[in-house]
Amino acid sequence: MNRQLFAPGHTACVGCGQSLGARLVIEASGPNTIVANNTGCLEVFSTKYPESSWGVPWIHSLFENAAAVASGIEAALIYLGKKDTVNVIAQGGDGGTADIGLQALSGMFERGQDILYVCYDNEAYMNTGIQRSGLTPFDANTTTSPAGSASSGNIRPKKPMPEIANAHGIPYVATASVGFPQDLQRKVKKAVSIKGPKYIQIHVPCPLGWRHEPVQTAQVAKTAVEAGLYPLVEYENTRLIAVRKIKPSPVEEYLKLQGRFKHLLNNPEEIKKIQEIANHNIEKYNLRVTSSEKNLSTEC
Amino acid sequence: MREFLEGSQAVTRVVKLCKPGVISAYPITPQTHIVEGLAQMVADGQLNSQFVNVESEHSAASVVLGAVATGVRAYTATSSQGLFYMGEVLFNIAGLRLPVMLTCANRAISAPINIWNDQQDSVSMRDCGFIQFYAEDIQEVVDLHLIGYRVAEDKSVMLPVMVCMDGFILTHGIETIDMPQQEEVDKFLPPYSALYKLDPERPLTMGPLVDPEYYMEMRFAIQETHKEVIKLIPQITAQFFKVFGRQYHGLIEEYRTKDAQRVIVAMGSVCGTIKEVVDELRAKGKKVGLLKITTYRPFPHQEIYERLKNIPRVAVLDKALSLGSYAPLAVEVKAAFFGKKKQPQVISSFVAGLGGRDITKDSIKEIFRLLTAKERACEFIDLKPELLKETYE
Ligand SMILES: Cc1ncc(C[n+]2csc(CCOP(=O)(O)OP(=O)(O)O)c2C)c(N)n1
Ligand SMILES: [Mg+2]
Repeated sequence: MNRQLFAPGHTACVGCGQSLGARLVIEASGPNTIVANNTGCLEVFSTKYPESSWGVPWIHSLFENAAAVASGIEAALIYLGKKDTVNVIAQGGDGGTADIGLQALSGMFERGQDILYVCYDNEAYMNTGIQRSGLTPFDANTTTSPAGSASSGNIRPKKPMPEIANAHGIPYVATASVGFPQDLQRKVKKAVSIKGPKYIQIHVPCPLGWRHEPVQTAQVAKTAVEAGLYPLVEYENTRLIAVRKIKPSPVEEYLKLQGRFKHLLNNPEEIKKIQEIANHNIEKYNLRVTSSEKNLSTEC
Repeated sequence: MREFLEGSQAVTRVVKLCKPGVISAYPITPQTHIVEGLAQMVADGQLNSQFVNVESEHSAASVVLGAVATGVRAYTATSSQGLFYMGEVLFNIAGLRLPVMLTCANRAISAPINIWNDQQDSVSMRDCGFIQFYAEDIQEVVDLHLIGYRVAEDKSVMLPVMVCMDGFILTHGIETIDMPQQEEVDKFLPPYSALYKLDPERPLTMGPLVDPEYYMEMRFAIQETHKEVIKLIPQITAQFFKVFGRQYHGLIEEYRTKDAQRVIVAMGSVCGTIKEVVDELRAKGKKVGLLKITTYRPFPHQEIYERLKNIPRVAVLDKALSLGSYAPLAVEVKAAFFGKKKQPQVISSFVAGLGGRDITKDSIKEIFRLLTAKERACEFIDLKPELLKETYE
């Protein structure tokens, strides 16, 4: 590839999971891609005028409208007779996707437009200073769900975005993680090969917001999957077709790496609740590897 | 060709003639006939456009933003709450220099909720960077769409345009109008060619983060472009005249102001009523006139100054408020005399027709009557004093 699609030199924090995710996504989709980006860390750190990391046509409009801007791009490409040669990606953070942008995203799904929507899930509004979002996990300490003597952090579990996407009957939905880059890129390639609306939600650790060591980004991401707290699942036409099998590790292994869960470490009752969330995921998606299964990614 | 058309239907016909590649709009009274009409044209195969049905005005505006950014002409229409819901996107469209066309069917703003006409919606959006035209009648609505696309897409402009038409009065009113022919439109309005667009062959970044080092210049550039638009509009209307044979100044229109002692300044369909009253009063020997403002953004300060500087008494009629201050149009007409020696002895400000209250010929006569040596600020016409009395138990 002679053109860099996502060049280094941007202003992301050391160890930023989202910058890694964004590069993996665009390199998997390739140069014939147009990207519409919501406001958020990615937009801010990759396009500080007069510089830009983007080697593909890229547009940022507002916090909540990438799905709608991408819909206009897709419609224009159809009008120009060019849609078959160009991938359209709309992308944003968890806040821009699951909260303020959910309506525009639902509209995009419902219209059946040929767009891949990528949600970079760092589990809070990082760009504005680590406030909670609908995808912040249970008990996480954020600046608007702070732990205190009367609170153990965020009071609700993550909003089930993949299921919400599936409920629209769209042809492809998957979760991915920067801890598993090949799996992530395979999913992006598959998604862009399918016509219609697609949704991929990528777990992207944020060293600043999650308070983990920047060198541990990949490890933190992997541990979330291995604990059953971020199941890697894949749906085609709303049918679960594959999950990443795990040998579940206790959730503490994941929690103890991050300052956002530090307040829980002497609180076995709260940890138990989080373990129950993991157990529920493990059961629901049948994540546990059996002795006969060699391959960790299994069709089901 | 002369045709008897409803205003909204006329809009759909002229939009079709402009051949937008993408249309996206969300229904709101009194804009609905426009979006329904366009949807039907696409469904009937008469209009080769992508019609994108959205879940909100925010998305409608975002869709046309994305389409024009991809190099395709686009169209949207809305009204009132819908325009406000688009607000954030409207500023963004202008800041991105995307020549979107938007028809605003002017309607009052809630609360209290009210579906009838005034101009609070578009007047409140005056700062968003859109060029704003106000039409007096359906013919002008049609023509301003053609003129609007030409101005918006001029390479020296690249700014969006809002054509404002009074809700119900013009959207649902019926007139015999001269509907342009496709060949004429094609001669006047070339296909859209973007200066910059989203194209994998030549990748570029649109809408980056711009810090204090660069932001001011980008906003300044839009402000400067608006000054160019003031010069450009009369040139485009002159070309319009050559093709279509209808003459507009484009910025303003004078009606019997030459020797007038008293002039009303107004925008939109009320100008038709004012013209009738002017004729009646002139017949009785009263020296009265009208200055109609067609282009509200950019605001034609210089033209207004030139046309009004020798008029002794000027009344400005607003169909909108700036709650807590003077009426918006009045403030700007006054500002046209900022730092000038010559100016009217009196510039009085009147508010009428809010929430669809009829502005009758008597309302206009009342304004002329109140246009005395005593300057009035924000004087409400046709208020019902009996409704203002309220007792608290
Ligand atoms: C309408 C609107 N509301 C709020 C904001 C402020 N804002 C900008 S980015 C952001 C948070 C972004 O969070 P997320 O989407 O999760 O992306 P991240 O920065 O975490 O990658 C907020 C609240 C805004 N720009 N626009
Ligand atoms: Mg986030």
